[in-house]
This record gives sequence, structure tokens and C-alpha cells, in this order.
Amino acid sequence: MASVIHILERYEPGSGLKKALAMSRQDVIRAVRESGIRGRGGAGFPTAVKWNLCAAAQFPKKFIVCNADEGEPGTFKDRLLLSERPGVLFDGITIGGYAIGAKLGVIYLRAEYTYMRAGLESKLAERRQQGLLGKNILGSGFDFDIEIRMGAGAYVCGEETALIESLEGSRGEPRNRPPYPVNTGLVGAPTAVNNVETLIACAHILAKGPEWFRRFGTDVSTGTKLLSVSGDCQRPGVYEVPWGISVAEILHIVDGEGAKAVQVGGASGRTVPARQFDRKLGFEDLATGGSVVVIGPQRDMLDVAENFLEFFVEESCGQCTPCREGNPKLLEGVHLLKQGRCSIGYLRELQNLGRTMQVASKCGLGQSSANAFLDITEHFRAEILGRTGGQGEKNE
Amino acid sequence: MSDTNKPAPTRAVTSEPPTTEKPQVVAAGKPTDIGGQVAVKIDDIELKVPFGMTILEAAKSVGIRIPTLCYHEDLCLAGVCRICVVEVSKQRTLQTACTFPITEPITVTTTSPRVRQARRHVLDLLLSKHYGECYSCFRNNNCELQALAKEYGVDFYRFGHPKEPRHEIDRSSYAVVRDMNKCVLCRRCVRTCIDLQSVGVLTAAHRSDQTKIETFMDRQLADVICINCGQCINRCPCGALRANDPSDEIWAAIDDPAKHVVVQTAPSPRAAIGEAFGLPPGTSVTQEMNTALRRCGFDRVFDTNTTADLTIIEEGTELLTRLYRALVKGEKGILPQLTSCSPGWVKFCEHFYPDYLPLLSTCKSPQQMFGALIKTYYAQKQGIDPSSIVSVSLMPCSAKKFEANRPEMQSSGFKDVDYGLTTREMAQMVKEAGIDLPHMPKSHFDLPFGDASGAGLIFGATGGVMEAAIRSVVELVTGLKAEEVFKDANVEPVRGFDGIKYMEIPIPQLGPVPALYANLVRKGKLAPDWEWLKGAVLKVAVAHGTANARKVMDDIRAGGKFAECHFIEFMACPGGCLGGGGQPIPTSPSIRAARAKAIYAEDMGLPLRKSHENPHVLRLYDEFLTDGPCGEQSHKFLHTHYTPRGDYLV
Amino acid sequence: MLASERESLRREIAELAEKYEHKRDGMMPILEAIQEKYRYISDFAMQEVARQLGVFPAEVYGVVSFYSYLSTEPKGRFVIRLCRNLSCEFAGKQAVARQLENELGICFGETTRDRLFTLEYCNCLGMCDHGPALLVNDDVYTEVSPELVSDILEHYRRTFGPTYAQKGGSHG
Repeated sequence: MASVIHILERYEPGSGLKKALAMSRQDVIRAVRESGIRGRGGAGFPTAVKWNLCAAAQFPKKFIVCNADEGEPGTFKDRLLLSERPGVLFDGITIGGYAIGAKLGVIYLRAEYTYMRAGLESKLAERRQQGLLGKNILGSGFDFDIEIRMGAGAYVCGEETALIESLEGSRGEPRNRPPYPVNTGLVGAPTAVNNVETLIACAHILAKGPEWFRRFGTDVSTGTKLLSVSGDCQRPGVYEVPWGISVAEILHIVDGEGAKAVQVGGASGRTVPARQFDRKLGFEDLATGGSVVVIGPQRDMLDVAENFLEFFVEESCGQCTPCREGNPKLLEGVHLLKQGRCSIGYLRELQNLGRTMQVASKCGLGQSSANAFLDITEHFRAEILGRTGGQGEKNE
Repeated sequence: MSDTNKPAPTRAVTSEPPTTEKPQVVAAGKPTDIGGQVAVKIDDIELKVPFGMTILEAAKSVGIRIPTLCYHEDLCLAGVCRICVVEVSKQRTLQTACTFPITEPITVTTTSPRVRQARRHVLDLLLSKHYGECYSCFRNNNCELQALAKEYGVDFYRFGHPKEPRHEIDRSSYAVVRDMNKCVLCRRCVRTCIDLQSVGVLTAAHRSDQTKIETFMDRQLADVICINCGQCINRCPCGALRANDPSDEIWAAIDDPAKHVVVQTAPSPRAAIGEAFGLPPGTSVTQEMNTALRRCGFDRVFDTNTTADLTIIEEGTELLTRLYRALVKGEKGILPQLTSCSPGWVKFCEHFYPDYLPLLSTCKSPQQMFGALIKTYYAQKQGIDPSSIVSVSLMPCSAKKFEANRPEMQSSGFKDVDYGLTTREMAQMVKEAGIDLPHMPKSHFDLPFGDASGAGLIFGATGGVMEAAIRSVVELVTGLKAEEVFKDANVEPVRGFDGIKYMEIPIPQLGPVPALYANLVRKGKLAPDWEWLKGAVLKVAVAHGTANARKVMDDIRAGGKFAECHFIEFMACPGGCLGGGGQPIPTSPSIRAARAKAIYAEDMGLPLRKSHENPHVLRLYDEFLTDGPCGEQSHKFLHTHYTPRGDYLV
Repeated sequence: MLASERESLRREIAELAEKYEHKRDGMMPILEAIQEKYRYISDFAMQEVARQLGVFPAEVYGVVSFYSYLSTEPKGRFVIRLCRNLSCEFAGKQAVARQLENELGICFGETTRDRLFTLEYCNCLGMCDHGPALLVNDDVYTEVSPELVSDILEHYRRTFGPTYAQKGGSHG
């Protein structure tokens, strides 16, 4: 049984950065590659591959962007990291900038975290005074600085190309990919967009070596993950766990046993019913940005589906047809189910629509917004059908 | 202090399409691949394509058709409708063929169960919001949404269909009507207005299912800086955008025995109206059209090319007087002279470059010149009461509807042109009357205006006004025949679809000043000889599409190459009038090229090819405009003034 | 808007644009600054921003209408944003929502007549382990109960004044 490990407690300030600046850029990327770390924001893209593509690109300017637009419902680990570990984060951003050859790092901070901004800015000012930012950092010859830009209340701007659009002063509408940001990103320059936790983990990896990181987790999902646990449990909060931990084990840690279901990965994640609590978190099965919401036995799964779909209906950017029009249709379907007015035939149509949305939407939001609906209508059929809320008419 | 008195802004508008929606430029890749060929397999065809070519283009090159909706040849990429999704090897999700660049060997499958279901779902979802029935829509049988629905076998509304409209229809503008209940949010109109035309009236506003194409603060179109070019209408795939159609009123006039209804027809409709009857683009049906119009009930059918010839004489003369004022009298701020026959361009200039209005030629457009003459010269000559004349113009243009309603366009004492009718609307009227236009017997235009020269005809293509002017000015100044200076009198350098064309014309020799200018010489507006043009090199330019107009005007403002020009032709619409906002839909580079070819071919076959040789126009100067070009009567009926509007909305 | 206010707004926007070299990527910081100061971005402001950044006014409008934190209509001096996502729902946000509507006399999406409070829902504030959570401008309140609602509102009503500084950390 895994216990909680407080890795992120022990970091010698600046250690990762000093080590990185003493290595070549290629060696920094090699260290990250050997650690096997994958993006911690939810998408799980191998960080070393991203940094390598960016480093290899030939372009006069490059950028590293820290995605602090933590918007996934149920995720609050970045909030904790930003308020409690900014120094490690800045180390991580600087390391990343060094690895890819960027001179500027941008922190895209969501508008809801404006109360953190002043604190972060003053810490950045301190670092500039200490020679940890600016020209010739720690005498290495590497020039780098970090700027904070605010979001303006759009969950879709957590998607990396929508984030870049927002930084460029446009609507936060995701771009066509390929080309990817590592190739053509902010103002056309190669850009690496990384999650807060990823950058902090990279600082640790450089400080303590990739083998240390590989001690935890599995072969495919190396290292630990910060989970934000909330919902119907006694001990909600941020937990650091090794990848490969099962849902049941998590419930035990947070005292949420007896749950009916667990939502892993936020509104865009998977709904795990009780009988599948032996499933393990990791890129092999339940990948997640860290959001774990415990759903107690008293909860109505249609309310859960409704909550998530209302979220997506509001936050969809509106560009592509499947997401813009599909989410409201799914939400309407949930309302019909609640009223007992949804025929099995129409339910099947909506499930097909959900599957189309998963493959035909332009970005990750649309591709995952149907997940919860599909999971709930599959795993909780008895609960969602046959309600007597309405007149019992079939839907055409 | 009025804001409109403020000097125009100096900052150039730099709105560009998002980086990944320009033609694909991949910043990094294996150096050996860039410019090289990549192998790709599409369905069962193997081929090699240039690095970065999209799947859609690659498929087209081997004759594989992939359906699209938001994609348009003229516009930057969008990738929002998701109709063109295909299976691509190594990709978990479906990819849009119109945007996916081929940068490594891949296998593409253009149909699969997932693809078929996805396309059908997209259509079902669009139809769940699309309010309106096909039979009552002006795009019935010419609608991309309808065509796709048929292709994908939509036989029931899987996700419902709206029973009520959500939005008010915006009919405020004379030219463009917006019905957002039919909008499929393909963003073509936004890309047209911002990127292609650089006018920037339309934008996507709000988010998610509240997304709507709106103007600034959702104001009515008449209250924002719309230049009425109608390019958005041409590119809309369905019936959300249309022109403001007056045909009901025209039928009423035709049916009223007390009204004398005349129609003037511009050059461009002739080469395009056939498309509405199933003929291939570029089939000229001028003389069949004349008969069809008479059978509709028009009392007279006139040729706008006649007043195009008149415009050339007036504007060419104006150019010579301006050159005289600038080169001999040293007057500043009057060159280059800018053409003024495109009402979309005129409004563009009034909004964005109001301080340069003095450069606009004071000549009206051929349509408006004709309007003034019909209710004066023609009415007098024929003994018709001008108040009973209803003057209709058949134009490729949506902005002409606005132009006809400009308050200053009343020099005849009445509204000079009552209705501007587009090619599409006229085709509709002809069909309603049960007339099979392509099989009509041929007939000429009516007197007293008759048939015009080829120079008037080529007005329809970009560079046409310039070429017509050059043919005449060269002959009037040098005494040579235009054929001696340009082969077949064709001025090739100003032809074609390059956005901005530039040409220098050295004046080879000087001839006598024509008798036509006697009055101007007497009044001192021209010298009795052309000596002051000895050794002169005439510098001219041609721009089409207002994005190119903006570039030229910004260059003039910065004192660049175009500030040194003497004469510049501007057309608001890409391709010139043949690509106008009233032309048959759809539009594409190849369709416009076909129309241009037809126009130039017809010009070559005409007996008269220069404006100043048109006998009907010369008779006009004898009988009516007795002061000659740019004389008193001309100024009264054929010249106009402009309104500095500025681009302050607030 | 007074003509003099227009002039000063024009100058402010010109200064802001200067800071970002009149490039489009200054759009968001400039709009956020205007929203912060004036509580909305007026037609005039949007047009001036367009002018200074070399884009069309319609494009600026498209950007403003996209983001929840930017508005073309004036918001109240204090914008209350109540999280409505799952964990806060489980923790009892419904009761808090009802109480807010009761106390303020408006529905969600509206602004009080004295333009003091705007009431809105928002999506996950990142306080899921201490729900229900809400923001009042940049101040965070967690574990809000219906009883606490009136205390919170009173705090802002009482300290309404020109020198009130709106900075603060977590309360609750």
C-alpha cells in the first residue's frame, strides 16, 4: 500500500538551476528524458520530446510558457504550488528556458488567481536582484527573464494553442495542429508550454538526478503525481502519490471509502464506478492532471453529468461544430433523462454523438467533454433510466 | 471638438490571420525535407507532394474529392466546420484535410465509419440551429449546406430543427442583409472582411453556443463601416447573407403602364449571368440577355458601356487638366488621380482616407452618369416625362444599391438611378418570367445610346478602366493609333490578377490638341498644344481588393512609389467588377479568370475599341454636353463630390 | 461619458499601448487595465485600443466579448463570483447561491441598482477542498455558508469608499 511521500518538501533552493547551468543544454534535456517525465497538466506529453523539438528548431526567438491557467474542475494543486513553491517553479522555468534556448519565460496566470500576482511579482523582483534572473544568470552567460501575463476567465485558454492565441491578443480559440507550438507558437516562434507541476518536477529532476525520479511510479508513468482530492471524503487536499496507485488506495488515504464513483481527471476525465476502483492511475489507464473528486452514494449521477456538461457548454470556445453544438445537445439529453423523457434510441444517438465529438473536435476540450456523459450513461444505466420526473413522453 | 475633424490615424492596420491559418509555413523541419517531396498515400493512390501541402490540396491533385464547408480558395484556413475530416495514420483523432500539412509519409483514408458518422453528425448539428426552409430561401438549389445534406443522405433532423428564429434580420443596409438564423459559423465572412478586404466589419463575438457573427457591439450594418462590397455575400455558403433585393418594386413598376422602365446593363453581368442558367463561367450572353430583358417588360435596354466610354473621356480629360495644373501651374495635392467608379472603393476612401478625397476623380461612375442622362437628355430627346421614368441598373455590384441612394445623386432633378439590381437578382427575375435566357434570339442595345466600344466593356475586369483610359489618352495626346503603341491596342501590363500592378508609359510623341477640348483651351485649363508633356513618363497603377487599396494608400501617405504616380485605378472587389458582390455564387480564382477571359475576348471582337470613337458619346457632346468634356454641363450632370466619413464609430 | 473623460481615457490608452510597443500582444494587459479601472470597456475604449494597436474595432469587440472577466457593460464595484462546479456543489453552494440572491435582491448575472455588486457564477476557483468558494473581486472566500454571506456583503458595503484598497489574501 503506497503512503504519502513528501518529495516536494525537500528542495535545496536553486540547486536544480545551478546543476542545469553547469551542464550543456543537451545534457539537461537528456536528464529530463531519462527521468521519463510526462506533462503533469493532463495531456501527458513527454516533456523531453517537447523540449528537444523546441531546442532543435531554428528560429531567432524562442519562448517557454508556464501554463498556470489551472481551470480543470477539482484541480487545485497548482494553486498550492504557486503560493507555496514559487521559487522552485521559477527555477524550473529558467531550466526549461535554458534547455530550449529561450530568453523569455511567460507565466500565464489565470484571472481567478489574481490575488497571487503581487506576491509572485515581488519574488521575481527578488530573483532579479539575486542574479537568478536577468543577464548572465549565476555567471553562466545565460540571459533569461520571466514575465507574468494574466488570463481573463476562459478555461479553454488552458489548451496550449488557445493560451498562445490569448497571449497574442486574440480570442482564445485553439489553432489547427500541426504545426505544433514547439514549431510555430507564440508570434510564430518555437514555444514550449508546460504545466506548473511539470516545471517544478523538472527542477527536482535536475537537482537530484533522473534515477531518483524513476524510483517512484511505473516504467511508463514515472515519478509521482500531485493529486487534488475533494468531494465526499473526510480529508480533502493535495496529496503526492506515485503513479500506479489505485483508486481504492486513494479513497483509503482520504477516507472516502463507500463512494459510488470517483471522477478522475476533472470534468474532462473519466468517471470510475465503484466496481472499477482497482484501476490504477497512470498513462497506462487513468491519466489525469490530478483532479480526483469523490462522489458519495447519496449523489445523483445525472446531477454530476449535468454539472460537467453545463461547465463545457459555458467554456467551449465555439469554433468547431461538434463541441459548440454537441455539448448543448448532450446537456439537453441529460435534462430529458432527468425528466424520464429520453428514449433508449435517442440515448444511443447521443452516445454516438459523444463518440464523434471525441474524434472530430478541433481541440482537447471538445475531444474530452463527452467523456463523463459516456462513462455515466454506460456505467450507471439503471440509475439514469426510467425516471418519473416528466410526462413519460418519448423524445423524437 | 468633433472627432471627425481629427487627422486620420497614422498606424497601419496590421490585422493578419492567425499564424497557423496562413498558408502553412513550417518554421522548422528536417532541412532535406523543406522544398523536397514527401510520399503520401490517399485512399489507394500513392503520390509525392511538396512538403507542407495540405491533404485537401494533395487529394485534389489526383482527383479525389473531399467535401468541405468552411474552406474557401480565396481565404485563409479555418478548420472549424469539421466536415472535411479524414483518417490519418498515427493520429488518434480525425484530422481536417483542409488544414493538415503533409510533412512526413502518411496514409490518409477519406472515408471510414467514423468519418461518415462525423460528417453526418456535423450536418445534423448545423441543421439543429439553422432556421429556415430551403424552398423559401434565395439560395435554394445553390447552397453548400443543402448540397452536403443531400450528399450525406440527411433524411430526418436527428438533433431537432429550430421552430422559431433566434435573431432579428438586419435589413438596415441598402446593400447587404444579414440573417444570422441561417449562419453556420463557418467564419468565411469574417475572414473575407478582415483578411481579404481589410475592412474589418464582422467578427465572431461571445463564446460557445452563444457565438455569433456580429459587427462592432452588434450594431446594425448601416451604422458601421461597411463599404457594401458584398464580398461576404459571395463567399457565404448558405443564405445568411444576401443583397437587398428590390425586384418586387421593379416588377410593380414594369406592371404599371404609366411607368417607363429602362435598364442599363454593366459589362460584368453579361459574362456571368449565364452561370445562373447552368452555363460554364465565362460564357458571354450579352445579346441574348438584351432580348430576355425586353421580354421581362423593360421598355428600353441600354448599355452602361456607353457611359463607361463617357467616363473615360471625362476622367481622361480630368487627368489631363490635373496634369496641367500640377506640371505647369505647380499645384500640389491633386495627383495621383484615383478612379471613382467603384462605390465600394469610394466609401472605403471616405472612411479610411478622408484626407485624400481631393485625389478622387470628380467623375461619377458610369451607372450614375447614365442615371442623370436618362432623366434629362434621353427624356427630352424622346419626349418622355422624366417623372414617369423608372431607371434600373443591372450591376455585378452590391454597393451600387448604396450609390444609387446617395443624396447627391439627383442632378437630373429626380433620383438619378432608382434601383440597383444585381446579376443574381436579374437572373431570378428572368426565370420568374419563364424566360430561357441562353436560347433567346440576339438583339442589340437600344438607341439613342446604342452599342459601345470594347474599351467600355473591359471596365468589368481589374485594369480595364486603366487600359481604356490609356487607349484614349495615348491617342488624344500623341495623335498615334493605340495599335501603334500597344499590340492590338491591348495594354497587357495592367491586365491580370496581381493585387497591385504598376506601369510606366513614356509619351512617344505629341500630336495636336483635339477639337473636343476647344473650350478647355479657351478657358485656360489646357494649353493649345501638348508641349508641356514633352518627354513625360506617365506612371500608373492598378489595385483590386480593398486590402491592396489600403497598401497603396498607405504607401502614398508615406510618400512612397505610388505617391509619384499620376493615375491609379482602384476596384473594391478582387478581380474587379467581375468579382463583384452581386455576381453569381460561388466565386473562385478560376471562375473569375474565366469571366475575365470572356470580357477581353468580346472586346477583341468588337468593331470599336476606344471610348473617344463611340459615335453615340460624341453625339452626346454635340447635342447636350455642348461645353465639352469637363465643361459646365458635364460638371452639372456627370461629376460629383464626396463625404469625408472617417472611421470613428463612437 | 464626458468629453474630458474621453480625452483622459484616450491618453491612458495611448500610454498603455506605448508600453507594449503598439503591438497586438499588448491587447489583453491593456483591456484588463481598463476593465480594472472603469469596470467595463466602453465602445470608445475599444475603438481607441483598436486604433493604437493597428487592428479593427470589431476585432477588439470580439476579444472583449469572449472572456468572462472583460465586459462591455459596466459591472458593479464588487463582482461576486460563486463557483458552481462539482465539489462546491457537493459542499452546498446551492444554499449560498439562494442566500446571495436574497441578500442582494438580484439574480445571478445581474448587478444591483446602486451598481455596488454584480453576482455571477464562475467555474472552478481551485478551492475545491474548502468549498463552497467565492471571489469578491480578487478576494477569496472559502467554506462559505449562508450565514457568512451577510457578513461578507456587509464588509464591502461598510468599507465602500475612494480609499478602499481591494487587495487581500484568502479569508474564511
